[in-house]
Amino acid sequence: MGALYDKLMQDVRFVEGLKACINCGTCTAICPAASFYRYDPRSVTDIVQTRDEAAIEALLKGEEIWYCGECMSCKTRCPRGNTPGLIICALRSLSQDLGYFTESEKGRQQLAVKRTVGQWILDHGYCLYLEGVGTDLHPEQGSVWDWIQQNWHAVFERMGANYQGEGPGILRKIPEETLDEIRKIFEVSGGMDRFSSIEKHSEMKAREMGLAFDGTNDCEYFSHVYKTNKKDHQQ
Amino acid sequence: MKKEGKEQLWKDYQKEIADDRYFYVRSCVRQNFFPGSETAFLKILQEELGKDVYEHPCHTTCTGIGYHADVVPFDTAMTVVARQFAIMTESGYHNLVPSCITSFGLYTEILETWKHFPEVEARVREYLYKATKRDFRVPENLAHASDVIYKFRSEIAAKGKFRLVHHETGRPLKVVEHIGCHYAKMFPDKGVGGAEYPYVLTGMIEEWGGEVVDYPERRHCCGFGFRQYLVQANRGYSMSCSHKKFESMEPYAPDLILTNCPGCPMFLDRWQYAISEMEGKTYGGDGQGIPVFTYEELAGLVLGYNPWDLGLQMHQVACEPVLDKMGIPYDAAAKYLDKHGHSLGQPLQPQKLKV
Repeated sequence: MGALYDKLMQDVRFVEGLKACINCGTCTAICPAASFYRYDPRSVTDIVQTRDEAAIEALLKGEEIWYCGECMSCKTRCPRGNTPGLIICALRSLSQDLGYFTESEKGRQQLAVKRTVGQWILDHGYCLYLEGVGTDLHPEQGSVWDWIQQNWHAVFERMGANYQGEGPGILRKIPEETLDEIRKIFEVSGGMDRFSSIEKHSEMKAREMGLAFDGTNDCEYFSHVYKTNKKDHQQ
Repeated sequence: MKKEGKEQLWKDYQKEIADDRYFYVRSCVRQNFFPGSETAFLKILQEELGKDVYEHPCHTTCTGIGYHADVVPFDTAMTVVARQFAIMTESGYHNLVPSCITSFGLYTEILETWKHFPEVEARVREYLYKATKRDFRVPENLAHASDVIYKFRSEIAAKGKFRLVHHETGRPLKVVEHIGCHYAKMFPDKGVGGAEYPYVLTGMIEEWGGEVVDYPERRHCCGFGFRQYLVQANRGYSMSCSHKKFESMEPYAPDLILTNCPGCPMFLDRWQYAISEMEGKTYGGDGQGIPVFTYEELAGLVLGYNPWDLGLQMHQVACEPVLDKMGIPYDAAAKYLDKHGHSLGQPLQPQKLKV
């Protein structure tokens, strides 16, 4: 067997996700991503099933594995117990660990996810920390979100929240000792390594692309990966 | 078919839901977008039903959004979840109730993984001990917060002041339900009704007097797609999924949409606004949208709670048409007041969507 396939087999999600694909295409028929993007979970599953190292490497460096929305509708419908969505999870993890994710436009976006959701987890203990995240970045949130942002503390007090307060409650301040535990968990279980890999390879790619790169979300490379859409991804 | 055989068949579509002593873990999305729903859930459970619900101040995110956006490795997500189990164990509780479908799906995925790969559980226990010196027992019962409301839907109806019927005509309100992909698509036997006959929301709607609308794209994803919404360049994916659902449900003229997952109501609410701005298209009557509710909000309305205590003013699509149909009195002038009765101004009017 090949090195990449062996690495995938070390991920229990790959082991669970790939049984024996009969290429029926039911997963593609049910897949929301396949109705929007040039995405075919049937062919992704078939490629990894062939154990063709070159083809697997092309997947890891390509756009297609980043199209899935991980809704896992494919899990319900596969007549042979495969889960292409879990295969995607394993492919994306390996792509980031090997630094291949920066070879694709969609893969490069991982820096933006890491620096928003990933950083909010480490800094605040929540996946979302939205005070100050306005309709400039999220115009779809509408005028009601502008109103909420303008009156953040008063609105959350009205809702019975304990915003940034001690003790339990909605959007309470997560104690520093708890955040230390979460950061330690990230250190011992590979979370920090994943974050470092995303930063390191993104910086290398930024240099290669001639885009300014620093640790902020205002830098040229962040803005580029967050907003760039070549518009050749759709069906 | 004999009755016994039929009963056995349907057992596959039922789940055990603990009836008291819940360890409650909050949702990152629900806290930010629908905080009144979590307040209402605790009020219903503790004050209306007299249940023991405990929230530990040191619980955190499960990392589910980061996990499904693939920046958080599976081992890390499992260890953070193991920490939640640890503080539940230390607190003397056994029944875990997450407020989020992404969390519920992740907890379920982890527990199933540990059943099939005990060496993974052993590794996670080592990580957790190394990082925190904590140990844990797995939950005896895992139920999403909506499962608990479903379980007590009759008690809520009995205490209710309003029903899902038009108060003037007696017509049952037509309700579109959306259960959220990670509730039962991954592990069908962990959801009420499974993936084929999801009943968790339908049970509430029927018990509270409404009529469930079936439509072609009923089970299609709302379009969160994690990285597909989080990154601006990808949001067309998210919007197109919701758009597909709106177009599919529109001919059935639903009075409201009822949701299970905390993210789905936000997307189904906000994408109606965005579509109206971009295309001039609205899906409710008379230029309005189709109001979208969480199950806690709907239970609260049935029980007669103040709509503004439930947080309906945080929706972009106006909810008043449903209040009017149900005959629920409300003070329109109080919609945008703070806790102390002071005005907070009000949101600007959208260009197309009537609110």
